[in-house]
Amino acid sequence: MVATIINPENLVYARPKGFTDTPSHYCPGCTHGTAHRLVAEVLEEMNVLDKAIGVAPVGCAVFAYNYIDTDFVQAAHGRAPAMATGIKRVWPDRVVFSYQGDGDLASIGMAETVHAAARGENITIIFINNAIYGMTGGQMAPTTLPGMKTTSSPNGRDVETQGYPIRMAELLATLDGAGYIVRRSLHDPANIRKAKKAIRTAFEAQVHGLGFSLVELLSTCNTGWGVTPIQSLAWLEEHMIPAFPLGDYKIAPEVAALKI
Amino acid sequence: MAREMWKGNEAIAEAAVRAGVEAYFGYPITPQNEVLEYLSHRMPELGRAFVQAESEPAAINMVYGAACTGARVMTSSSSPGISLMQEGLSYIAGTEVPMVLVNVMRGGPGLGNIAPSQGDYNQICKGGGHGDYHPIVLAPASIQEAVDLMPVAFELAHKYLNICTILIDGSIGQMMEPVTLPEMQPVIRKEYDWAVSGAKGRKRHLLSSIYLDVPTEEKVNLRILGRWREARENEIRFKEYYLDDAEYIIIGFGTAGRIALSAVRAARAQGIKVGLFRPISVNPFPYKRVEELCKQAQSFLVVEMNTGQMLKDVQVAVRNRVPVRFYGRLGGVMPFPDEFVTEIQEMIKNPGKPEDDPADLWYQRMIAR
Amino acid sequence: MQTEVFLAGFGGQGVMFAGQVLSYAAMDIGKEVTWIPSYGPEMRGGTANCTVVIADEEIGSPLVQDPPAVIVMNLPSLDKYEPTVKPGGVLIVNSSMVDRDVTRSDITWVSIPCNEIAEEAGDKRMANIVATGALLALLPVLTLEDVESALKAHMPGRHKHLLPKNVEALKRGAEYAKKNARKAK
Ligand SMILES: Cc1ncc(C[n+]2csc(CCOP(=O)(O)OP(=O)(O)O)c2C)c(N)n1
Ligand code: SF4
Ligand SMILES: [Mg+2]
Repeated sequence: MVATIINPENLVYARPKGFTDTPSHYCPGCTHGTAHRLVAEVLEEMNVLDKAIGVAPVGCAVFAYNYIDTDFVQAAHGRAPAMATGIKRVWPDRVVFSYQGDGDLASIGMAETVHAAARGENITIIFINNAIYGMTGGQMAPTTLPGMKTTSSPNGRDVETQGYPIRMAELLATLDGAGYIVRRSLHDPANIRKAKKAIRTAFEAQVHGLGFSLVELLSTCNTGWGVTPIQSLAWLEEHMIPAFPLGDYKIAPEVAALKI
Repeated sequence: MAREMWKGNEAIAEAAVRAGVEAYFGYPITPQNEVLEYLSHRMPELGRAFVQAESEPAAINMVYGAACTGARVMTSSSSPGISLMQEGLSYIAGTEVPMVLVNVMRGGPGLGNIAPSQGDYNQICKGGGHGDYHPIVLAPASIQEAVDLMPVAFELAHKYLNICTILIDGSIGQMMEPVTLPEMQPVIRKEYDWAVSGAKGRKRHLLSSIYLDVPTEEKVNLRILGRWREARENEIRFKEYYLDDAEYIIIGFGTAGRIALSAVRAARAQGIKVGLFRPISVNPFPYKRVEELCKQAQSFLVVEMNTGQMLKDVQVAVRNRVPVRFYGRLGGVMPFPDEFVTEIQEMIKNPGKPEDDPADLWYQRMIAR
Repeated sequence: MQTEVFLAGFGGQGVMFAGQVLSYAAMDIGKEVTWIPSYGPEMRGGTANCTVVIADEEIGSPLVQDPPAVIVMNLPSLDKYEPTVKPGGVLIVNSSMVDRDVTRSDITWVSIPCNEIAEEAGDKRMANIVATGALLALLPVLTLEDVESALKAHMPGRHKHLLPKNVEALKRGAEYAKKNARKAK
């Protein structure tokens, strides 16, 4: 049966080559998986699966290497950009990327992130902003919205004592070393397609040696937010996009000239 | 006070509150999260300071700052986070200011896992950070003991101007037991002659760990050592079980120690005269008491959830007087009492010689399994 | 005297809560007690289990290799933990989620449709309480009254109205177990 249905003429959806056949450990509904798939598709389409080296974060994506089928290393919490730097400096012609959550990238790893960008380090970062610490059970993240309840801001994030969310794309765009910095979202198919194009551009920028590239992806954490998967998509659109506007924050002229 | 069921991490947090902690700084990490989460509402409720820092290095340096005011301050974390705090801990020790640290140990090294482990014994007891300093380390084996030690930890930290660490593992952090909490103590901010508060009507206070003048740094080191020697004299804590007539003695701290209690009871039911010695202060370590026990013990069994880190301290005390056997489980594996019972039986069958290397023999047994 | 109870099932079946109810009841009658969960990533969508130790004196290990009392709320837990029950011990199987009998003959066991009984008692979410009632019928470590008072004393205020239903679930579980238990050979 299956064999007769799935043949090249009517095949519309298959597992990308860069994606392993592994049951997901992510919560049902989580868009981490979507982002993983986009990365795998792009690396396959660019034909660089055998040149890519990934750096996994500490966060729910700690097992990214179980899905994205390239060489991989696993960094200490927040240190992925430094580890990626080390790899890239030894293998300048390889495609080196990290995949990091907001706690990892914008909290404990802020210094590594900012300095990798400032150095114009020729690496690509896929940044998953879900406004929470998913893996450790839903604590406040540097991207948690004002008033948002988390397990460490149980009365809602109080900006008086807990500060304001950090807009990483905007912040990094001020650095001269940054070549490509954009924000996209994963809450619906149209946006997912735009996200994929941005990931492609970021990797192309790296391949062309155009400096630091980062794609910030607004992503759901239905578990941490305490909502259903469907509700989480709506919540993202309604609350996260106004706080983290989608858009292009830095596109160096050389990157724009790639015309992807 | 009534007994209530408490989760270990939350009980420790509430005990710290009742012991008058004025400021807490931390960063999420499993299996310690509940300390931070609990204090995220409890501290503001009482008008006390709580900050979820951006990282463990930031958290420990917030503690460093707060400790310089002489307030009761603490942080908590788990193994990888504790590693990141080592710089700050060394500065705190070098500046001679008091703080309380809670380490809810997990499997390692590296990212490891979140299961209970005792792999940080050396790091926590022997310093961890750079330079010569000796933190005070208390290793409770139950939630009640942890709660009871919380005010003690603050007192010792302030008495000896030192770091006092409560060393537990993920199982104590995550389990629930009935606990009687102490009464709420009022917050007392002592007027220390070293703390910073603004030099109003007094000479200014300067806190630093820099002593470019080498002889002065030596004096500071001697002063730190002097306080440590005092702590070593006065602050030995341990608990003994079934030792009166014991011919064989198990030594274990924290969770390994409480598991050993079950093993001792099971072995006693088989007529084996075995007892348990459970160090509570693991730094300072109760060397003298272990030395005395050599007179009574035909041999010792040291049990740990690591590769034999406390074993070295036991060996320093035993000095080859009697045979020592070692049994450890690693990487987050929590041993069952039956494993210790088997070890006791094996030890009696084959006591070995005092000069045997227990860690080596254990390793051979482990890889042969 | 010391008794250990091991409870296992899917996350969301109330296994952790049932263990806590036993713990509160034991504490309230002056016993020593420990409750220890499995914790970590396996909580996320996977299995959940906890061990409760009830004793008259200071408790050593909070875990045991061969517990004398086991509650399994689903098939994977039965497969995994049936072999661990101490010979002569008690095994409670939630037959609503399990399609096979217990194979061991050296333990006392009952196969009890906890979900259906819970639904009859007023709420299908009380399957865990039904299983607890069944356990106490076969393992008199605590009385049903002890558990009832514990529920009364420790149920959060907003759930207090569920108390009568929970007591009903507890009793039905116990009755069913008394009638249908297969004794160890
Ligand atoms: C040094 C250190 N501190 C803390 C942790 C615990 N920890 C693991 S993941 C994580 C945060 C994850 O949040 P985020 O980066 O936003 O990723 P998400 O899970 O939301 O995708 C933390 C604090 C750790 N592993 N190491
Ligand atoms: S906790 Fe949140 S981020 Fe992590 S897998 Fe679940 S939904 Fe995704
Ligand atoms: Mg996150």
